[in-house]
Amino acid sequence: MKVLMFGWEFPPHITGGLGTACFGLTKGLAKHGVEVVFVVPKSFGDESQEGFRLINASDIELDFTQTLTREFREKISYMEVGSNLVPYLDPEEFEKWYSEEVVKKKPEIHSVYTRKYQFSGKYGANLMEEVSRYALVALSIAGQVDYDIIHAHDWLTYAAGIAAKKISGKPLVVHVHATEFDRSGENVNQVVYDIERNGMEEADRVITVSNFTRQIVIERYGIPAEKVFTVHNAVEPVDKPEQEDVTKHVREKIVTFLGRVTYQKGPDYFVEAAHKVLQRDPNVRFVMAGSGDLLNRMIRRVAQLKIGTRFHFTGFLAGAEVDHMFAMSDVYVMPSVSEPFGISPLEAMRTNVPVVISKQSGVAEVLQHALKVDFWDIDALADAIYGILHYDGLRKMFARYGKSEVDNLLWENAAIKVLDIYNNATGHNK
Amino acid sequence: MRSVCLYFQVHQPYRLRTYRFFNIGQDHYYYDDYQNRHIIRRVAEKCYLPANRMMLQLINEFGKAFKVSYSISGTALDQFEQYVPEVIDSFRMLAATGCVEFISETEYHSLACLGNEQEFIRQVETHRKRIEKLFSQTPQTFRNSELIYSDSIGETIGNLGFHTMLTEGAKHVLGWKSPNYIYCNNLNPKLRVLLRNFRLSDDMSFRFSEKKWSEWPLTAEKFVGWLNAMDPHEEVVNLFMDYETIGEHQWKESGIFDFFYHLPSALFSNSNFTFSTPEELYNRLQPMAAISVPYAISWADEERDLTAWKGNELQSEALSKLYSLSDAITKCNDPVILRDWGYLQSSNHFYYMSTKWFSAGEVHKHFNPYNSPYDAFINYMNTISDFSIRVEDCLNAISSVAEKTVKKPALKAKKEAKPKAAAKVQKEAKPKPAAKEKKEAKPKPVAKEKKEAKPKPAVKEKKEAKPKPVAKVLKEAKPKAAAKVKKEAKPKAAKKVKKEAKPKPAAKVKKPAKTASAPKKAKQ
Repeated sequence: MKVLMFGWEFPPHITGGLGTACFGLTKGLAKHGVEVVFVVPKSFGDESQEGFRLINASDIELDFTQTLTREFREKISYMEVGSNLVPYLDPEEFEKWYSEEVVKKKPEIHSVYTRKYQFSGKYGANLMEEVSRYALVALSIAGQVDYDIIHAHDWLTYAAGIAAKKISGKPLVVHVHATEFDRSGENVNQVVYDIERNGMEEADRVITVSNFTRQIVIERYGIPAEKVFTVHNAVEPVDKPEQEDVTKHVREKIVTFLGRVTYQKGPDYFVEAAHKVLQRDPNVRFVMAGSGDLLNRMIRRVAQLKIGTRFHFTGFLAGAEVDHMFAMSDVYVMPSVSEPFGISPLEAMRTNVPVVISKQSGVAEVLQHALKVDFWDIDALADAIYGILHYDGLRKMFARYGKSEVDNLLWENAAIKVLDIYNNATGHNK
Repeated sequence: MRSVCLYFQVHQPYRLRTYRFFNIGQDHYYYDDYQNRHIIRRVAEKCYLPANRMMLQLINEFGKAFKVSYSISGTALDQFEQYVPEVIDSFRMLAATGCVEFISETEYHSLACLGNEQEFIRQVETHRKRIEKLFSQTPQTFRNSELIYSDSIGETIGNLGFHTMLTEGAKHVLGWKSPNYIYCNNLNPKLRVLLRNFRLSDDMSFRFSEKKWSEWPLTAEKFVGWLNAMDPHEEVVNLFMDYETIGEHQWKESGIFDFFYHLPSALFSNSNFTFSTPEELYNRLQPMAAISVPYAISWADEERDLTAWKGNELQSEALSKLYSLSDAITKCNDPVILRDWGYLQSSNHFYYMSTKWFSAGEVHKHFNPYNSPYDAFINYMNTISDFSIRVEDCLNAISSVAEKTVKKPALKAKKEAKPKAAAKVQKEAKPKPAAKEKKEAKPKPVAKEKKEAKPKPAVKEKKEAKPKPVAKVLKEAKPKAAAKVKKEAKPKAAKKVKKEAKPKPAAKVKKPAKTASAPKKAKQ
C-alpha cells in the first residue's frame, strides 16, 4: 500500500496539533509497512525522515503546459474567492500574485514556462492563495509518483487531494481534524465551509478525529454517515525524563488553563469557575496561559470579580515553558466549547496532572481517567476542580492510571484503523 | 426429598442528588427525591407488585408446597413507606400465608461489616426487629449486603443467634466441593451456610433473555430437566437473586413471569424436588462440612470478591472517611443525622465509584446514575464533608448542653485554668483510662449484656418513648442552649466535659433515638 499524503504542517515547525497528528499517523502507518509520500508546503530542512519520503513542495517544478492543468483549474474555480489577496503588495508579493493571476486568468497561454513556487509554509493573510497554489503543486506530484490512495489532512489540503484524484483516478481520503464550526462557532466563514464540504463530498472516505466531529460532518455538512469513519488521535510517547527539579514558588495549589484564549477554548467558563472555587477556598491559584482575541476580556472579567490576586495570566507559552507550567500544575482544565480532539490534556496527564475536560471534546471519548463536564456547566466545572484539590483519592487514582492510559493511545493502533479504511476504499482486502 | 431454595433480594438505595461543594455547610438534604420516587414506583409497578401477586397465586394454588424467601433492605422499606406503601401490604399478605421466610440483612444494605463491627451489629439488630414488627416473624437467617461473607463475619452472625447465613458458592472457595449441600461456618459450626448455585441462578437473572445464549429460550421444563440431571445425592439448589430479575432486569416481554409461574408445576410433576426456605433446611438437614472462607467473598463479578466496592483509591478514601465518623456517631442523638448516617452507608454509593466497569461491564453501567466513578466520588465526598460538619456540630451541642446542666463548677474551674493547663490535662487523662475501660468493658460483658438485657427493655422504651418525645427534647434542648453555651465556654472546655459527662446521659438518650423509626416521620 502506497499513500500520497498531503499535510500542511510538520514538526518541528507547527502552529497546532495538526502537524503533530500527521507526523504521528505517518510514523504509525510506516510501522505497518505502508509507504507514505508525505507532501508539505514548505520544508525547513530539519524534519526527521523515518520510513517515508519527504518531498519539499517548494522544490516541485510545475509544468503549466500539461493539459490537465486547465481541467483542474476549472474544477477549483471556487478558490478564486480571493478575499485573502492583500490589496497592497510589495514587488515580490506582486510577482507571486501576478503568476497566480496568469494561472487563473490566462489558462490558454501555452508558452512553455516552468517555474518553482515559493511557499511561505505558514498560515497568513494569503492563505487562500496558497491553498490553491498548493493544489497546483499537488497535480505535478500526483503525476510523477506511484501510489494507491490519496490522503489529505484538513481543509487546507483538500484541494490538493481532489486534484490528485482527478489526475490519477485513485481514491481520496480526507482527514477532518477540525471544522469551521469548531473554529468559529455559528459564524462560519462561508468560503472555508464550501472548501471543506467540497472536499468531503469528493472524497471516497472521510476520517474524523472523534465521534463528536463525525457527528458534525454528518449533520452540518450533509455527508452520508456510511463513508465517515472515526479514528481517534493518539500521542507520541515521550522518552524525556520528567523534570523533577521544577520548583513551585507558591504554596497554594495551581489550576491551569493552557491554550489559545479564543471562543473555541471556553476561557470565560474557566474564569467563572475559578471565582466559584475561590469563594470557598481562597488558597488556590488559577493560571491562564496563552493568548488570543478574548484575552483582554478575560483580564477585565477577573478584575471585575476581584480575584486578581489569585488569578494570573502568563501570555503565550511555548516549548519548555509549557512543560514547566504542567509540572507546576495540580489541575489542568480544558473547558473547550467545541474541540474536535484536544491533545493538551494528554500532555498534562503524561506529567501526572489530573485533568478536567469538556464533554464537547473528542478526547473525552477516549479518556476514562479524567473528569468530564459540559463546558457551560460552571457549577460542575468548579465542583470538579474543587474535588481534585480536596479529595486525595482522585489524585491517587489519576497518578496511578492517567499516565498509562495516555501511553496506551498509540499511533500504530490508530494506523491500523486507517489502513482498514484504505483497504476498504481501494478494494484490497487483507 | 431434595430442595430448591428460592430467595430474592429486594433493595433500593437512597440515591444522592447532585451535591456541589458550595452546598457544603449550607444545605443538608442529600437525596434525589425525584429519581428515587420515580425508580421505586417504576420497579414496584413492573416487578414488586405483579411478582408478589404471582407468588401469592402460586402459594394458593399449591397449598403451601410452594415456598419462597425474601430479604428487604431497610432503605427499600423506607422508600416503600414513603412512596408505594401498597408494596408493604402485599409483602404482608405473603407473610400471612406462612410459606414465606423473611431474611435479615443490614438495615441500610451497608458495608458496615468491613467498616465497623459495632455498627454492623447495630444494623443487623435494627433490621431484625423491624422485620419482626412488620411481618410477625423473627428472622433466623441472615444475608449480608452483596452476599459478602467470611469466616469472621459468619462468626459474628452466629454469635447474634442466627441459624443460617447465605452467601455465594464462589468457585475459588469451593474448589472441588459442590454448592448443593449444606455447610457450616469454620469458626462457629452452629451457623449453617447456604451457597448460591451461581450457574443456575444466573441462568435466570442474567442470561434469561439473552438470545445469543445457546440455551435460549429457557423454559421451566428445561430448567427442571437440569435439576434432574444433577447428582442425586445433592440435597439443595440455592437460587438466590435480585427480586428485580422478575420484570425489571428481565422484562415481562421476555417471558420471565411465565417461567416462574410454571416452575412449581414443572418441578412437582417431573422431579423429586420441593421448595424449602432456609429455616426449613436448618431444621431438616445436617451440614456436610465446614467451609473455610478466610478472605471475604461476594456475589459480584467474575472474581466474587470485594473489589466492586473496595477496589480502588476512591472507594477506600470514601469508606474510611465514612467510618471515621463511627465513634462520633455513637454519641450523637439527632434522628435526622442518624438517618443520613444510615443512608450514606448503602453499598451502592461505593459501587458507583468502581472503575472496574471501564473494562468489563454493562452490569455495572446499568445500575449507575453517574457518568463516571469520578463524578460519583466527588459527589459523595461533598456530601460526606457536609455530613461530618453536622456530626461535629451535634457533638459540640451535646457537650455544651451537658456542661450547662451537669457541671457548673467544672466550668468555672476550667475558665480559671484555661488554655495550656486544660490541654495538658486532657492529653494526659484521655488515652489510658479510656482505652482500658474499653478493653475491659467491651468484649465479654457487652456481648452478654446485649443478649440478656438489651433487646427487651430497649424495645419497650422504644415503643413508649419513640419518635416525638425524643425529637422534641432534642429540638428544644439543643439549638439555643447549645449555641449560647458554646459561645461562652468554647471548644476546649466543651471537649473535656464531653468525655467526663458523656457516657451516662448521652448513652441513655442514644439508644431509643437510634433504633427509633423517627426518620420515617421526618421524611414525611
